[in-house]
Amino acid sequence: MTEDTWTVAGRTFRSRLIVGTGKYKDFEQNAAAVEASGAEIVTVAVRRVNVSDPKAPMLTDYIDPRKITYLPNTAGCFTAEDAIRTLRLAREAGGWDLVKLEVLGEARTLYPNMVETIRACEVLANEGFHPMVYCVDDPIAAKQLEDAGAVAVMPLGAPIGSGLGIQNQVTIRLIVEGANVPVLVDAGVGTASDAAVGMELGCDGILMNTAIAEAKDPIRMARAMKLAVEAGREAYLAGRMGRRKYADPSSPLAGLI
Amino acid sequence: MSDPKSIILNGEQRRTSASTIAQLVRELDLLPEKVAVERNGEIVPRSTLETATLGADDRLEIVHFVGGGAITKP
Repeated sequence: MTEDTWTVAGRTFRSRLIVGTGKYKDFEQNAAAVEASGAEIVTVAVRRVNVSDPKAPMLTDYIDPRKITYLPNTAGCFTAEDAIRTLRLAREAGGWDLVKLEVLGEARTLYPNMVETIRACEVLANEGFHPMVYCVDDPIAAKQLEDAGAVAVMPLGAPIGSGLGIQNQVTIRLIVEGANVPVLVDAGVGTASDAAVGMELGCDGILMNTAIAEAKDPIRMARAMKLAVEAGREAYLAGRMGRRKYADPSSPLAGLI
Repeated sequence: MSDPKSIILNGEQRRTSASTIAQLVRELDLLPEKVAVERNGEIVPRSTLETATLGADDRLEIVHFVGGGAITKP
């Protein structure tokens, strides 16, 4: 059996789970969760250095950027300009151009502003970035992002941090069917079965943060997510049975005594 | 080092004698290879931090990577 991998912007990964690095109790717990999840990519934020305490522990001391791909994201940006500026700085800080773009529309729902997102995606792609893009679960918007230079589209399963699971399997499936770039569910996963559902729909991967970080035992949940993503992927590749309206016996009826 | 001058660093006023941006970064006890710098709205390429001269009233942003995910709220 050949190894099941996925490729984004020319980089190939075995793990289909991308995890965030926010909301953890401390860096030790965060690093242990990343290890347990098997993730090869983590999302990171770009922020001002703490000038008053420059020796404060840094993420890079715990999660080695030479072993784990850092995916700088623009979480917290509400305009294309802010997102572009953030990623230009990120490229300078990290030296790589694979990035996660998200431009939020409002604080209450954290829904993406697709007009600003598409505009930012175009600018970034023209500057040589490879943007993986957080978006609404809308197959048309997903195609527009692809046209704008997105190297992956990442529709939300449910609002960021809600843990509600994939609310609209139909639209996620439509995005998968229409996409020529990897599709990853980004946001909304609450527990392992949600991640499995996303993979069974044919997504290339799942991105999550809160579902692991806010679990009672984040390290155990990280392992659960790893297994769920693998199980969902296997089920997708295996091809599920058809749905029937009525029962169908598993044992032969012939020869009954 | 040069005469003390006033700059705006990450939104706050600061006085420094550093003559280059790299000197300023080290003055802050930070490693130039672990941060990214924006001056007056323009990225300063890391390869030029050692030679980029620091001017009076420059507005600098010095950033690095921190934990953050799909969920980082503003």
